[in-house]
Amino acid sequence: MIKRELIVVGGGPAGMAAALSAYENGVKDILLLERDQFLGGILNQCIHTGFGLQHFKEDLTGPEFADRLIIKIKAIKADKAIEVSLQSFVVKLTDRKVVTYLKPGKFEEVQAKAIIMATGCRERTREMIPIPGDRPAGIFSAGLAQKMINIEGWLPGKEVVIIGSGDIGLIMARRFTLEGAKVKAVVEIQKESRGLVRNIVQCVQDFDIPLYFRHKIKRIIGHDRVEKVEVVAVDENLNEKPETAFDITCDTVLVSVGLIPENELIEMAGAEIEDLNTTSIPGIFSCGNSYKVYDLADSVTRDSEKAGKQAAEYLKRI
Amino acid sequence: MSKYDVLIIGGGVTGTSIARELSRYKLEIAILEKEEELAFGVSKSNSGIIHPGTQNPPSSLKGKLCVQGNLLTRKIAKELGVDFKEVGELIVIFKEEDMPRLLEIKKEAEALGIPKLKIVDKKWLAKHEPNLNKDIIAALYAPSAGIKKEFGNLPRFHIGAVSDNKDPNQIFESRFVINAAGLYADEISAMVGINDFKITPRKGEEYLLDKKLAKLTNHLIFPLPSPTSNGILVIKTSDGNPMIGPTAEDQIDKQDKSTTEAGMKKVLENVQRIVPKISKDNIIAYFAGLRPVSGKDFIIRHEDKVPGFISVAGIQSPGLTAAPAIALLVVKLLKQNGLALKKKILFFHKHRKPTVHLFAMPVEKAKALTKKDPAYGDIVCRCEMVSAKEIRDAIKRGAKTLDGIKFRTRCQSGRCHGGFCTTRAMKILAEELAMPLTEVTKRGKGSEIIKESRKQ
Amino acid sequence: MIETRKLTCIDCPKGCQLSIETDNGKVMGISGNQCKKGEEYAKQEIENPMRILTTTVIAEGLPLKMIPVRTSGPIPKAKLKEAIEAARKTKITKPVQAETIITKNFLDLGVNLIATREILA
Ligand SMILES: Cc1cc2nc3c(=O)[nH]c(=O)nc-3n(C[C@H](O)[C@H](O)[C@H](O)COP(=O)(O)OP(=O)(O)OC[C@H]3O[C@@H](n4cnc5c(N)ncnc54)[C@H](O)[C@@H]3O)c2cc1C
Ligand SMILES: Cc1cc2nc3c(=O)[nH]c(=O)nc-3n(C[C@H](O)[C@H](O)[C@H](O)COP(=O)(O)OP(=O)(O)OC[C@H]3O[C@@H](n4cnc5c(N)ncnc54)[C@H](O)[C@@H]3O)c2cc1C
Repeated sequence: MIKRELIVVGGGPAGMAAALSAYENGVKDILLLERDQFLGGILNQCIHTGFGLQHFKEDLTGPEFADRLIIKIKAIKADKAIEVSLQSFVVKLTDRKVVTYLKPGKFEEVQAKAIIMATGCRERTREMIPIPGDRPAGIFSAGLAQKMINIEGWLPGKEVVIIGSGDIGLIMARRFTLEGAKVKAVVEIQKESRGLVRNIVQCVQDFDIPLYFRHKIKRIIGHDRVEKVEVVAVDENLNEKPETAFDITCDTVLVSVGLIPENELIEMAGAEIEDLNTTSIPGIFSCGNSYKVYDLADSVTRDSEKAGKQAAEYLKRI
Repeated sequence: MSKYDVLIIGGGVTGTSIARELSRYKLEIAILEKEEELAFGVSKSNSGIIHPGTQNPPSSLKGKLCVQGNLLTRKIAKELGVDFKEVGELIVIFKEEDMPRLLEIKKEAEALGIPKLKIVDKKWLAKHEPNLNKDIIAALYAPSAGIKKEFGNLPRFHIGAVSDNKDPNQIFESRFVINAAGLYADEISAMVGINDFKITPRKGEEYLLDKKLAKLTNHLIFPLPSPTSNGILVIKTSDGNPMIGPTAEDQIDKQDKSTTEAGMKKVLENVQRIVPKISKDNIIAYFAGLRPVSGKDFIIRHEDKVPGFISVAGIQSPGLTAAPAIALLVVKLLKQNGLALKKKILFFHKHRKPTVHLFAMPVEKAKALTKKDPAYGDIVCRCEMVSAKEIRDAIKRGAKTLDGIKFRTRCQSGRCHGGFCTTRAMKILAEELAMPLTEVTKRGKGSEIIKESRKQ
Repeated sequence: MIETRKLTCIDCPKGCQLSIETDNGKVMGISGNQCKKGEEYAKQEIENPMRILTTTVIAEGLPLKMIPVRTSGPIPKAKLKEAIEAARKTKITKPVQAETIITKNFLDLGVNLIATREILA
């Protein structure tokens, strides 16, 4: 079996920052595994600005933020201390620190001394809220719609209702509008948005998109494709006020109701997430959105640099 | 005009099972199916249980066919490379006064010939089903109940040309017509003047739980049956996710497969009584199906008023289990009514290669396979770890839609509900079937996923 | 005519609540800002709101179909629609890096349309 000092799983800002900082703290044998064909993680599809104000003191787009880290990784790659392996999908992690990954044509098992998991997060779905009704085409998580528009160049829908007024929902309201779709409403069950004020102004108010607070989607209706949603107001205890129910016709429902750390691999190894970046298994770390869901890529980068250092110190100790 | 010996209306589990049975003989057969893929009607959404036959009156046709179907399914599952697991079922009771009813069910089941039944006590239950409500005092144990992959049941038959026939106004002429149109069987029969039955859709809502609860129960757990259904149960599935449901509500609309708040509440309340540990937060997916109900039993008969016309209607639960037995009965009816059955010697391919899933084999084999075909190492679905190769294989086996891929491979059916893999699955479909991305659908025309794709 | 308008500064994620006094559309006084940027923002936002456009342009012969782009500086909000149309008509056929100029002096607005990521052949 191939042996490595440190394996970093995930090539988003967390994984890159962790790998870079581990290197700066003396680790010279690092394997960075990323399942996509590019480094950058979710930042590649976040083409809007709002990244890097703290870390780079500039208002960058997601891809620009990623690019700055990629350039640093490439500079080090020259002395082979960080090997980047793309299209490498980690499918298994054991408590003995064996990492199994797949790559077209390859099924590899690697023994590491330390591991940093930086696998990001996934989105909560309609099923988790859960919204009753039909199950037609036209229901997307906001991140999937973002990928369709920004990476694939597809338009998923033309008349859109967005559930949730967090930043991702707001950003997508503007993105759909700019791409020529009509965003008919953003519906938020709480009394205010969790998103940044600047996103409310630039993404919703700029385009006169109706934003309903204290309202929820009660039902999704549509046989083959979404046809409409039923909306109802709720009181402060989130109980429905049935007399307020109304329909909005639309062909698309975007679900933007939060993120969940993706740490199935850590669970598979039998580990549990503990204090900042550590797990119950010494030498297995977790950082970035797979440790906890962060609002800002800047904070992800800052904390993940600590993870790199923690791993380097662990390797010196053992 | 195309001429056939037997024309089957409806490509659900009933119609395809009949077709498979008939393809043993030298016959021209066709299936007419209105949906984009086979088994997209009632057969698409059910509990996937191969019932032992309990909870049916001993004199009923469905009871007999269920017991026979349970046996036949094991054989067919082997031939078709489908996963079948005998897990057994338990019908539980809470009160001593329900014991007589349980014993009656046992007696009826024995009369149907269901093997190895026994009443198990609290001690047995504590040992074999530790998560059950401690108030449960006893259960009827039927070990022959099984589960199988929902979609894997589709028999392979050799009349493929028909399902791909897109000519909008074709006339099919046939000596025999079999009406296996599920929810629409009454409407088809009415076309030839048979009006003595109506199909009522009986909705069943089902809720899937997180895979983390795979060990929640070791058997299928039933309450005592009611007049309209076998009750709301805790179902062990072949994919690991426990399933809870189904409800049983009669309705008029044959298309309304929506889930409801009331339905979810009812399902949760009922199963929490059996397994208190289950909570709303465990739900990761849900769907509803419609049982085609006409009275209390199946209607399977040659219509003497219309010689050559066979009704296979009212195939409610346990239709999935009974299907292979229904097929044998229909073949018998065809023979009685003059169809000559001459066995093919060489051309009945009863075996099909099982599907290949990289994570269901030893590591060394998986390594070799990935090396041989790089597409095995190209993971498309992160939650269920489905490779590009498996998706392409599913398309070769007939998947034309995202749901078709989902039912065959589980791609899109995990925790993230397709958030990660939908775009890739769509691209593979478009490529394999040489169609534009804007024509890729969820389950057939009208359910297109995207509106536009920028041209390069 | 003297009016007081409320605005949220969107220059950074802090989102200061600004109170602005205007006289016939001209800014007279600003309060509520925590830094000088707030002042500039309010004046700009009242007199001529500006936005950075971020979108994608199509690529040909490169390993990605869509390349993310932005305007190198803010453009008048009123021009967003026209700008997005122009970006839709733009095509990239050669490798780019972050900050590679795609369209110089985009729509005569005094800013460039630039790529925001690297894409090699
Ligand atoms: C839609 C959206 C909008 C946002 N907007 C802003 C904003 O305006 N400003 C801001 O500061 N922040 C924003 N954020 C937050 C910020 O982008 C994230 O916090 C940050 O990108 C998280 O970094 P990460 O490296 O932890 O995760 P990710 O960027 O998700 O990276 C995880 C990486 O791990 C890889 N991976 C996962 N599992 C495996 C595996 N098994 N094998 C191999 N590789 C694997 C993935 O492919 C991915 O590349 C936004 C986030 C989203 C989703
Ligand atoms: C919620 C639920 C749970 C269930 N659980 C179980 C279980 O655990 N075990 C079990 O044994 N059974 C179960 N069943 C029952 C089982 O699913 C059905 O008995 C079985 O699927 C019926 O199959 P079918 O082929 O008769 O009908 P269908 O699958 O509906 O097939 C009929 C086909 O005919 C087509 N059709 C209709 N009209 C036309 C037309 N005019 N032209 C062309 N084609 C047409 C339809 O599109 C359809 O595909 C369950 C049912 C439900 C609803």
